[in-house]
Amino acid sequence: MGGSGRVRKMSALGAAAAFLVVAALVAAFVGAADLNPLATAAALIDKALPFLRLPSSLSSVDRAVLFQIRLPRVVLGALVGGLLALAGAGYQGVFRNPLVDSGMLGASAGAGLGATLAIVYLGGAGPQAVPVAAFAGSLAGVAVAYGTGAAAARHSVLGDGVATLLLAGVAVGSFLISVQTFVLQRSAPDIGAVYSWLLGSLSAASWQQVTTILPYAAVSSVVILLHGRHLDVLAVGDEEARALGQRPDLVRGIVVAACALAAASAVAVSGIIGFVGIVIPHVARRLAGPSYTSVLPLSLLGGAAFLVLADTLARTVLSPAELPIGVVTALVGAPAFVWVLRGTSHVST
Amino acid sequence: MTALAADGVSVTLDRAPVLHGVSCAVPGGGWLALLGPNGAGKSTLIRAMAGLVRYTGTVTVDQADARALKARERARLLAYVPQEPVLPPDLTVTQYVLLGRTPHLSYLAVPGRHDRERALAAMERLDVAQFGERRLARLSGGERQRVVLARALAADPAVLLLDEPTSMLDVGHEQQVLELVDDLRRDAGLTVVSTLHDLTVAGQYADSLVLLDAGRVVAAGSPATVLTAPLIESVYAARVRVIAGDDGHPVIAPVRRVERGGRRDFPGNTP
Repeated sequence: MGGSGRVRKMSALGAAAAFLVVAALVAAFVGAADLNPLATAAALIDKALPFLRLPSSLSSVDRAVLFQIRLPRVVLGALVGGLLALAGAGYQGVFRNPLVDSGMLGASAGAGLGATLAIVYLGGAGPQAVPVAAFAGSLAGVAVAYGTGAAAARHSVLGDGVATLLLAGVAVGSFLISVQTFVLQRSAPDIGAVYSWLLGSLSAASWQQVTTILPYAAVSSVVILLHGRHLDVLAVGDEEARALGQRPDLVRGIVVAACALAAASAVAVSGIIGFVGIVIPHVARRLAGPSYTSVLPLSLLGGAAFLVLADTLARTVLSPAELPIGVVTALVGAPAFVWVLRGTSHVST
Repeated sequence: MTALAADGVSVTLDRAPVLHGVSCAVPGGGWLALLGPNGAGKSTLIRAMAGLVRYTGTVTVDQADARALKARERARLLAYVPQEPVLPPDLTVTQYVLLGRTPHLSYLAVPGRHDRERALAAMERLDVAQFGERRLARLSGGERQRVVLARALAADPAVLLLDEPTSMLDVGHEQQVLELVDDLRRDAGLTVVSTLHDLTVAGQYADSLVLLDAGRVVAAGSPATVLTAPLIESVYAARVRVIAGDDGHPVIAPVRRVERGGRRDFPGNTP
């Protein structure tokens, strides 16, 4: 990367970080309970800087709203958004295709089936059953799709293992969705609960959810971020990557596993949220160029900020009712995506 | 300077044999050109040398079996340029050339100052440094070929493996690129193995030639021994005349079929 390239990357990263901070503050100040902004700011600063003691006029109820309801939701939204965008960007690098999303390769379909089975058959097992089943379903979906695709690629006429893997993902995804539809069709009373999960929501956010997914989020993010350079090498194709001493299959396996873990952690606590994994990496590419050494960290920060704002919209537009966040990301994301595509002279695959 | 040799190399692709026990060698600092009609196995031989296809037999790099080398060690010694390199359109020239440093980076390493310096040196050597920030999509054919060579050179290799380095270029750019490769060979002591489709050009630049047909070596040696009319006519099914050029290199001139009865004799025409 040349000097100007690095300046561009650093300024884009700085802007994304600032955007995330602003989004988080807006989300903390806005909500159904009308908190005094000054008192809220004072309480936040007091909490953030333990050596400083600021008196805040926030009542204990307001404090509870801020620290037990709003803040965990902001943090969880940032985690989920960052993970989805990062996983989308990682998949796009692995598959050399900018239209791949974090839900590809059977991830969303597997999570949907897992959650449906848990809601329908394990209704009495408590609220923990659904996220665990979604997490396991998402990982299992990717494992089956990847295993099928890798096995098929050995006999494929497509020549390129990448296309075979993507097609295997589509096939496995369709299969899982048809199983899910069958299960759902046989238990009509659960349709409402399943759909509200499928459309995505952060309304059950708690610190416990944050600490549950934090280890998976941290491990998967670090692994993906460390592979930016390898994804750039993969962009010249498997054969040239091998001529450069790289092992494309190894890199693909590691990055797909990390992306699957990231997406599964996000899906487990939020349901299925689309568009973040496509739109955010696309914007990152427009801002800082196609190198994954900048696209990956920018997607992490940008996805976090975007989802925090989307969730703020989801819980305020119809307040006190809530919009499903998946609806908000699609409503905002789809037009934004078309706008971004218009400004792109060509799609680089 | 690094010598390279193939000894009894056979390759089977999709159950079809492509190379049958091919042997050839190039001394350190030499230029070996692989010739032959389409489908003769030139590209496959070069890919076998680069370790990109499974082969039986041995490829030796300075008397050491190439199979004993780790992928990155091999990539540091042998730089491979395919016939149609993949050029991600939005990558800048500098970013692309820096990818050539990959064989020098351990798994978790990122390119450092030394890597950037070597990449820049390669770009200056091939006269592409002045458009380092340009996107690859914006390059002309000649610029593109020099950028690809710069990426190969950025690895500081001992051997350049070039598959049809000039197939997309006009005659002027073809000469320019081949002169550059020849300069690199003389200045840096690089060994060059290339496939070349133009027989005259191959005789001008390479100091030894190997003529392949249907996966077997038909002739090998100096341009004067390989580029003879009977050999070329039998292997390519072509009509040619071989003329001695001013500099002693053979010039291969295609000869058109003679007219018969006022009409050109095309295969479909019955006299």
